[in-house]
Amino acid sequence: MVRGVGGFSMFVAESFAALTSTRKLPRRILRSVYEQGAVCLPVVAIVGLFTGLVLGLQGYHVLSRFGSEGLLGTMVSLSLVREMAPVLAALMLIGQSGSALAAELGIQRNSEQIAALETMGVNSLGYLVAPRLVSAIFVYPAQAALFVVVGLWGGALSGSVLLGVDSGVYWSAVERAVEFRDLRECFIKAATFGLFSTAICAFQGYFADRNHSASGARAVSAATTRAVVFSSIMVLVADYLVSSFFVGA
Amino acid sequence: MNNGSPTLLSIEGVEKSFHGRTVLRGVDFQVPRGTIFTVLGPSGTGKSVLLKCIAGILKPDAGRIVFEGRVLDRDSGARAEFRRRCGFLFQSNALFDSLTALENVALPLEQTTSLSKTEIRHRSREALDQLELLEFQDRHPGELSGGMQKRLALARAIVTQPEVVLFDEPTAGLDPLRRNAVFAMIAKYQRRFHFTALVVTHDVPEALAASDRVALLEKGRICFEGPPEEFSASEHPMVRKFRDSTEALAATLSDIRGDQSVSK
Repeated sequence: MVRGVGGFSMFVAESFAALTSTRKLPRRILRSVYEQGAVCLPVVAIVGLFTGLVLGLQGYHVLSRFGSEGLLGTMVSLSLVREMAPVLAALMLIGQSGSALAAELGIQRNSEQIAALETMGVNSLGYLVAPRLVSAIFVYPAQAALFVVVGLWGGALSGSVLLGVDSGVYWSAVERAVEFRDLRECFIKAATFGLFSTAICAFQGYFADRNHSASGARAVSAATTRAVVFSSIMVLVADYLVSSFFVGA
Repeated sequence: MNNGSPTLLSIEGVEKSFHGRTVLRGVDFQVPRGTIFTVLGPSGTGKSVLLKCIAGILKPDAGRIVFEGRVLDRDSGARAEFRRRCGFLFQSNALFDSLTALENVALPLEQTTSLSKTEIRHRSREALDQLELLEFQDRHPGELSGGMQKRLALARAIVTQPEVVLFDEPTAGLDPLRRNAVFAMIAKYQRRFHFTALVVTHDVPEALAASDRVALLEKGRICFEGPPEEFSASEHPMVRKFRDSTEALAATLSDIRGDQSVSK
């Protein structure tokens, strides 16, 4: 356990250190932004929309018991901004781009592409891993923001259009409820999840050959599974820790 | 000194084990500059492990590798210098399947030199042209035949104009005609670009025809080293056993066919 955490920490530190020696870095980062951002955009938007729809529906029925339908915008917006957007967007990104990253690096390890980079004198961590870590720090908050926007519209659709809450009441409640510190919490959480989940996925794929119980395609498959499971657990654990910090602060 | 040429690369007492299983038991030989040096040996004797130790992919448990008089430690300046002056052709080619042929060849120039974009493109296209792949520059490796992939991997290995090129089983999985073509390619480009080639293979006839010197790796040690003519004439039991394995196979097959014809 301690050895694993130490190895992981060294992996992340060496990846960031390799940024200084990587050529054509902006191009590599932009490519990662495309892989994590543009490619995953539809999934995040769809999940955001349906999360908002469900929040609007369930929230309306709970709040109507107390005659507080006017607080629907508050409930939907704070749920999305503080918890659901960073967490669910991160889980979607792990499922799509994180698993792809682990599988890609695992295959590159198996087919000696990583060894080829090293023999060429190219730092494989700088070329393959570091640009993904940098882009994740920005893409995950951006995807969380998209999730919030689409989710709020989903809440409005079910709460106002379908269930009859006044649209002006809904949006003014949203405006009053969300403060700067809520947005800060959302983006800090998303950036934290992005950095750590991408690092976990990259670590699992990069060292797919260290698995002594499997080799070849099975090792890649096992590495991808571990990447998704560990990253998802990390997101929930980190969510609790970051939330505790903000609640305490 | 070997073959009249000064020694470029010296392998001294290299040992390597994996999980308690010893693969290399003190390998010693010297590679003269400007030659094709081939390490022969049956499958599983550690030829690829030896090459990966030389390339710095694996760290030897004992012994040392000396390049132009400087010991290649894993993270030393000499190792970095060796990497700049060495090309490696992997058994699996290790081409980047998401990059085109041109991008694959340009990769080491982009990442390890400060050449301009124009110069990188010019040099990469030149390397592809020399290996008769220019018309396929926009294709991905998966769209090329096995032989073309091998040539593309060689183009990538030589585009930085290395002084040493390491070939890991360059003919693995190829039919006899393609095996001949690959060794002819190594010989042709070694003479054109004047690099030193270190090849590991188990293809005896092709290696003997193309190499300036050969060594035989058996049970983790070098049991023969010399010119191909000496290898062909050697009475060393391991050399004879390995050299005659093709004839032994032909004799066995002949016996089997004979038995079948008798039973009919």
